Amino acid sequence: MIRDITLGKYYNADSPVHRLDPRTKLIITFAYLISLFIYKSPAVYICAFIFLLSATLVSKVPFKYILKGLKPVWFILIFTSLMNLFFTGGEPVFSWWRINISREGIERTGLMLSRFMLMIFGSNLMTLTTTPTRLTSALESLMKPLKVIHFPVHEIAMMMSIALRFIPILVDETNKIMKAQLSRGADFESGNIFRKVKSLVPVLVPLFISAFRRAGDLAMAMEARCYHGGEGRTQMNPLRYARRDGAAFAVFIFYIITIVFWGSLIPRITG
Amino acid sequence: MDIVEINSLTFDYIRRDEEGNVEGITTAVDDLTLSVKPGEFIAVLGHNGSGKSTMARHINAMLMPTEGNVLVKGMNTRNSEKHLDIRKCAGMVFQNPDNQIVGQLVEEDVAFGPENLGVPADEIRARVDESLKAVGMYAYRKNDPVKLSGGQKQRVSIAGVTAMHPDCIIFDEPTAMLDPAGRKDVIETAKKLNREGITIILITHYMEEVTGADRVIVMNKGKAVMEGTPKEIFSRVPELKALRLTVPQVTELAWELKQRGLDIPAGILTEAELIAAIRGNARNDG
Amino acid sequence: MMDNENKDKRIPLLIADHLIYEYEGGADRVRALDDVSFKIEKGEFIGLIGHTGSGKSTLAEHLNALLTPKSGTIYFNGESIFEKKYDRKRYRGHVGLVFQYPEHQLFADTVFEDVCYGPLNNGVSRKQAELTAYETIKKVGLSDECFYQSPFDLSGGQKRRAAIAGVLAMKPELLVLDEPTAGLDPAGREELLHMISGLKDEKSMSIVLISHSMEDVARYADRIMVMDKGKKVFDAEPIEVFSHAKELEEMGLAVPAVTSVMLKLKEKGFDVNTGILNVKDAADEIMRVLGDKA
Repeated sequence: MIRDITLGKYYNADSPVHRLDPRTKLIITFAYLISLFIYKSPAVYICAFIFLLSATLVSKVPFKYILKGLKPVWFILIFTSLMNLFFTGGEPVFSWWRINISREGIERTGLMLSRFMLMIFGSNLMTLTTTPTRLTSALESLMKPLKVIHFPVHEIAMMMSIALRFIPILVDETNKIMKAQLSRGADFESGNIFRKVKSLVPVLVPLFISAFRRAGDLAMAMEARCYHGGEGRTQMNPLRYARRDGAAFAVFIFYIITIVFWGSLIPRITG
Repeated sequence: MDIVEINSLTFDYIRRDEEGNVEGITTAVDDLTLSVKPGEFIAVLGHNGSGKSTMARHINAMLMPTEGNVLVKGMNTRNSEKHLDIRKCAGMVFQNPDNQIVGQLVEEDVAFGPENLGVPADEIRARVDESLKAVGMYAYRKNDPVKLSGGQKQRVSIAGVTAMHPDCIIFDEPTAMLDPAGRKDVIETAKKLNREGITIILITHYMEEVTGADRVIVMNKGKAVMEGTPKEIFSRVPELKALRLTVPQVTELAWELKQRGLDIPAGILTEAELIAAIRGNARNDG
Repeated sequence: MMDNENKDKRIPLLIADHLIYEYEGGADRVRALDDVSFKIEKGEFIGLIGHTGSGKSTLAEHLNALLTPKSGTIYFNGESIFEKKYDRKRYRGHVGLVFQYPEHQLFADTVFEDVCYGPLNNGVSRKQAELTAYETIKKVGLSDECFYQSPFDLSGGQKRRAAIAGVLAMKPELLVLDEPTAGLDPAGREELLHMISGLKDEKSMSIVLISHSMEDVARYADRIMVMDKGKKVFDAEPIEVFSHAKELEEMGLAVPAVTSVMLKLKEKGFDVNTGILNVKDAADEIMRVLGDKA
């Protein structure tokens, strides 16, 4: 049975990183991820690591929460590392039976792993320090220019925030329906894949029906509360840049200058 | 001026088959006329399918009359330009506590209505705090609504409506999915708002909840079949039973004793009234 | 009577033996069931009351083997259902559980097909399942037109009956209903409870009715169990349980309105019998006392 699905994995604390404008965090995280792709150099990754480490320390988020971000991807990480390690040709350092490990292979694997981890930890830090609501408003605000080409920015942001609100309710509902069908003798575990999929029909049908019913109810309730799209809408907590956002951008620009410097100075290692 | 005026409202549900042909027509509300004065507390009783919810949804301009008119503060719901004003003036609380909360935090949800109305940020903040305090949910303003009890969720929804500063609130079976404690909370909140001057229209099938109303309307098959003060309505026990509405035990006991020849006033609503009446009889006898 | 003598020697249908259940609730562990023990005899109608969060629903899920206790066990016909090799899937057919708002579990194209789901899962032949489904749908009071209708086209009250039929079709010996009347209108509530109490009389099924309505429980149950903070605090006949008006009030519960009137009359010096649970008896008793005085 489905238990403890937490999508918004916000870590509640009061830190300068938490208090940053979500747009600042979104822009910096995005630029940071791009920066990891521009240079493939150990020196740059060390700079990125130092930057990330300082941000994490300031954010008061315990390291184990950041590490948790690896959980869903560890298998892919190990798999691609091994592929890189074994199948990169070059000067052999170690060989046994048919396995050859080359210097280039080790370097490439090391760089790839560092880059992946820096990416995951970086984006993790953002989601850990920003509530889903704030993140949605940041997206809405940053995508505002797209309204010119009639891109439904407000509607998409509203959909995201409603989805976030209803996910726990629907997870709960799935649990209830599964229990109800179990008590009518359902068996979700045995049999081959086709049987298993078929056994889920009595769960999925009621779940969809309930989701549609809820959607209908919610639409009516929203309309009754004068919802009429984004036009003329105000916000209780409008996003406002503060001085600390300026400071954050300054630190980030310093980081960019450093990596550009190191990345260009040290000859690029190409794998 | 009456705050809500319903003039010979008729509403037909048209059922269609897959090709869009008309399969059947159900008249949910049948030539109903009703007016509500500012500050009144009106209760509408009736079993499922009596048309009470359909009627309620007309007041909020969620449904359009097939025939007749519905006026809210003089604004006709047929005029779609006035819909926002009508909904701001006549807010609505629905039955399912989970399906009417939009925000991910209690205070965000309460802010939803004022945000839609374009109220400036500072004023929204003030309205949210004031509304949450009025329903006794201020301490929970930073909570995730999922973790609240049913009664608490309904109170958040009520705050969401009061934050729009309505003149009138329609409660569409707000207690049907709650436990007794939650039911009591919601009804107490409605009564409190009424004392503060908000007109209340309460749709329910719990007879116990209508005892505090100024006026009770009993609906059956889309028509208003009984109308009067709770006392008047509750003195007509056989009629209520014929409409398949259960009478509170206290009222039924009073009625039963009266049938057996005791001197008991009609339409007893509370335990205290009944006991006083029985004591009166004892003194007369002794 | 002969029957009564034998009853003492027979094993009860179900014995809950020192059930303890805990779950993670934020920082600390919450004890949802705290050493709960009781017996259920064949053909008994038990009312289970308690305010929200008292552990009633958790107990119901234990009775259906959907939750496993931290310690303690349940014996069904003398066998512990939490033994490793015990066939719990089969057991769930013997002890049916009707969840709150059971209509939310309807899924099939027709009412008939939905009611067949349980028996078919239990390995009953198609023919036998259809036969049972036919009987059960009749039993819950749905008309013939409903058989091949989509369950989603039924009215609220009919949907609930169809869902209950889905559980009854498994021919349970014990039926546990978690607030089966929630959200129904007064007429719907009464009809449904009437139908449920009919099951007990006709099929000598044991029934556990979880309810918030003291009036309903007082009217139908032979025995009432009261839960508070995970503990079973009372377990006795309705009259006995409702004589503890003060304690019940402290738990956020009430006694039936008529019982409350009788208790108040007694306080005011009337010599009334307070063990009264329905309007007719109350009227009789009040007339008697007033008659005595005259």
